[in-house]
Amino acid sequence: MNTILQLKKLSKCFKLHHLGTTIEAVRDINMELAEGDFTGITGKSGSGKSTILKCIYRTYAPQQGEIWYHSSSFGWIDLCAISERKMCYLRKYEIGYVSQFLHAIPRTSAREIVENSMLEMGCELQFAQEETKKILSHFELDPALWDNYPVTFSGGERLRLNIARAMVKHPRLLLLDEPTASLDATSKLKVRELMQQLIQEGTTMLGIFHDIEFMRNLCHKEYKVVDGRLHERA
Amino acid sequence: MIRAIVFNGKTIYRKKFHWMKSFNEAIVLSVQNLNKQHGTGCEQCTNGNRHSLIKNYCSQCGTVYACQNVSFEVYEGETLGLVGESGSGKSTLMDCLYFDIETTSGKAFMPSYKKGEHNLFHQTSQEQRWIRNQLMGKVYQHASRGLKMDFSSLSNIAEKMIAAGYRNVSDMKSRATELLKHVEIPIGRMKDAPKKFSGGMQQRVQIARALSNYPPLLLLDEVTTGLDLSIQASVLDLIKIIQRDFNVSMIIVSHDLRVIRMLAERTIVMLEGKIIEQGLTDQLLEDPQHPYTQQLVQSLI
Ligand SMILES: Nc1ncnc2c1ncn2[C@@H]1O[C@H](COP(=O)(O)OP(=O)(O)OP(=O)(O)O)[C@@H](O)[C@H]1O
Ligand SMILES: Nc1ncnc2c1ncn2[C@@H]1O[C@H](COP(=O)(O)OP(=O)(O)O)[C@@H](O)[C@H]1O
Ligand SMILES: [Mg+2]
Ligand SMILES: [Mg+2]
Ligand SMILES: [Zn+2]
Repeated sequence: MNTILQLKKLSKCFKLHHLGTTIEAVRDINMELAEGDFTGITGKSGSGKSTILKCIYRTYAPQQGEIWYHSSSFGWIDLCAISERKMCYLRKYEIGYVSQFLHAIPRTSAREIVENSMLEMGCELQFAQEETKKILSHFELDPALWDNYPVTFSGGERLRLNIARAMVKHPRLLLLDEPTASLDATSKLKVRELMQQLIQEGTTMLGIFHDIEFMRNLCHKEYKVVDGRLHERA
Repeated sequence: MIRAIVFNGKTIYRKKFHWMKSFNEAIVLSVQNLNKQHGTGCEQCTNGNRHSLIKNYCSQCGTVYACQNVSFEVYEGETLGLVGESGSGKSTLMDCLYFDIETTSGKAFMPSYKKGEHNLFHQTSQEQRWIRNQLMGKVYQHASRGLKMDFSSLSNIAEKMIAAGYRNVSDMKSRATELLKHVEIPIGRMKDAPKKFSGGMQQRVQIARALSNYPPLLLLDEVTTGLDLSIQASVLDLIKIIQRDFNVSMIIVSHDLRVIRMLAERTIVMLEGKIIEQGLTDQLLEDPQHPYTQQLVQSLI
């Protein structure tokens, strides 16, 4: 098994100046992901799950600890220590993120959102268009919606779009923050199928699942976060 | 799923495409310890002790320290956001970089100018004009600062191209037409003077003009401020298209964090003439460190 990501003693707290308080979100997180594995994280709301993912993606500023990632461009690097520029590069080419809240990008159609995700990597428009078509059909987004603005989409449609946008780049590491939250049972099944495919394709995934039962048998490894600390589950 | 080749459930090969860019840390502009003050300063506010300062202003002698020790880099092809409250020194910084005003002290280097070995602020004004015409483009908040309002839009662009050394009239005309088309000025109106245009159209002409010399660096100062919402949106869309189609680096000044979120990968926050925080834009918005940045982000929610 090749390790692709290793968190060492990661801690993160938020200093809120206007309130004069500090919130300790996660503490002493150690975790190792093998390449191609699907790792699930569960835990109560507010326990610190998203914080872990956002530290890896560098949406949260690094504080204490190390996040070693085996990059195909840079080799082993500590995501807490690399330059902003390198992080931008990794976000473009290697690490994908599907956010918990599906922000719609203003005035951009579903098709454009996915295309732009390709174009920022530097490919030709035509190639981006072809890949976009492939992936949107693959995720069974109704072609009637392709040229619409996602503000009007249902939760499940937005989610599939969000995943398509991340997946069209074929990231080596995909971070998923509650991709099944607020979905009905049939949409959830679709997501499960999707995860299965991604595993088949060898994508390393780290996902937060509110209802992990749903992902059972798919996850190679499961962790639970309790009050900002990580526990491995059998 | 064509890019990954899978064997036994594991990716064994990921195809690299020729268009995938390798990591590039090339710098377009580097600024070091830039200072701009209005006034000569007094004993109270010079010599490193600035006790008499109220914000950026000396209560004793009235000197304004509009930019203080500003240092940062702009990388190739990136868009850098610059935010801060009114009076924080954003426009002053942009004006210094474009040589619109004289910089009090500090250094700036562009690798595309004499291998980046000469401080831009120490060049003669003639040399600075050359740098500005060859290597930069600027779009002002008020179009009247960036355009000759009575000249036709085509001649406004031609003027910049002539300054940049273009001589062939038909080349200039076709480039100007192509650019105006790109920014969606109808062909029939290209000969009109910008004073006859709406605010949004004027900004478009400014953008076309700024791009006409293929500059590696574009400075945009509050280009959407004061426009009504739908016009703002169309100017922002245009900037996004430029990011996609031209490999130009940009500094975008705005006090609207939504604009910055949409356009900039990295962002700098200024307060009272100083850079107080910089980082990845999403990080700055979701995990701001400085009390002022936290307050700024709070006000957005
Ligand atoms: N010619 C001048 N003489 C004296 N003070 C000046 C002069 N020009 C600018 N200033 C001061 O320098 C500071 C920075 O001004 P600047 O125009 O750069 O602010 P800004 O960040 O662009 O603000 P805004 O968001 O309102 O455009 C302000 O305190 C301003 O009053
Ligand atoms: N950007 C932030 N600023 C301040 N506090 C935060 C921020 N993000 C998370 N927190 C706090 O950190 C703790 C963990 O949050 P989070 O990781 O989002 O939990 P989960 O994803 O498990 O629901 C919570 O107390 C939350 O309020
Ligand atoms: Mg969460
Ligand atoms: Mg200004
Ligand atoms: Zn003074």
